[in-house]
Amino acid sequence: MKKKIKIKINGKINKIDDKTKLSDLVKNLKVPLKKVAIELNREIVDKKNLNKINLKVNDKIEIVHFIGGG
Amino acid sequence: MKKDNLIISKKKFNSRLIVGTGKYKSMIECAKAIEISGASIVTVAVRRVNITDKKKPLLMDYIDPKKITYLPNTAGCFNSDDALRTLRLAREIGGWKLVKLEVLGDKQNLFPEMIETLKSTEILTKEGFKVMVYCNDDPLMAKRLENAGAVSIMPLAAPIGSGLGILNKVNIKIIRNQTKLPLIIDAGLGQASDATIAMELGCDGVLVNTAIAKAKKPFEMAKAFKNAVIAGRQSFLSGRIQKKLMGSPSSPNKGII
Repeated sequence: MKKKIKIKINGKINKIDDKTKLSDLVKNLKVPLKKVAIELNREIVDKKNLNKINLKVNDKIEIVHFIGGG
Repeated sequence: MKKDNLIISKKKFNSRLIVGTGKYKSMIECAKAIEISGASIVTVAVRRVNITDKKKPLLMDYIDPKKITYLPNTAGCFNSDDALRTLRLAREIGGWKLVKLEVLGDKQNLFPEMIETLKSTEILTKEGFKVMVYCNDDPLMAKRLENAGAVSIMPLAAPIGSGLGILNKVNIKIIRNQTKLPLIIDAGLGQASDATIAMELGCDGVLVNTAIAKAKKPFEMAKAFKNAVIAGRQSFLSGRIQKKLMGSPSSPNKGII
């Protein structure tokens, strides 16, 4: 069995397999990639490079999009 | 007649009315009100995706960013770092460079924190953003923002969501006379005539959200604001008469029986 690690996605703790690729995570979350921006540990991630990033323990991910606002 | 477009950072827009997309009862209501308003720019906020409820409707599914210009804002930011972070993320979503900077200083009155705003304007401009800046109705600060590279000055009429209308017409007029940048009244309008007044003062446009979204009949109010902006602009361009203290009869005195 794969080792599980804790990461934070949009402020909430999630348990995922160790070394999960960021591209697989957003795929599992069914995130519409064209409509979002992704931050990993406060650094913006180029969406072209998602499959090059292996997530590690305590990583903090923010996934944002546009909503109604004034 | 020459087409009277709103031009911001060399880009032409058909409508001088910019509308916010917040506070509506639903996305459907929001999209319809925007359509009726005729706006060619809408402001949008950057927030976390709801990763647990994937069925939640997305703004982009209702308002097509290819047909209407999204103006990402930094609403809810109270310091420069948060504002910069928000707009860098907005740019990442899809290349948005034209942005509305709004750094607030007080949770009650929602007045802009102008020191942080100025600092952010400088940094964002250097990073290649075209920054439209929400600010106080202060001519000196407006000048500083212009010098820092702002592409549009957006002074408040009154506190955000207050519906008080333009509180300091003199300051708005002074700002108008000192800058060639697009001047857009942002925040505090309550009814359509407030927009007309803004346009008659020579502003290039107005930004309205609450006054439409929270009106009893948002669609009718959207139309009223559309017409009010057009009326105000026409009135401004037509050259108003001088104000006088005494009366001046409209019918000739000659030939009175």
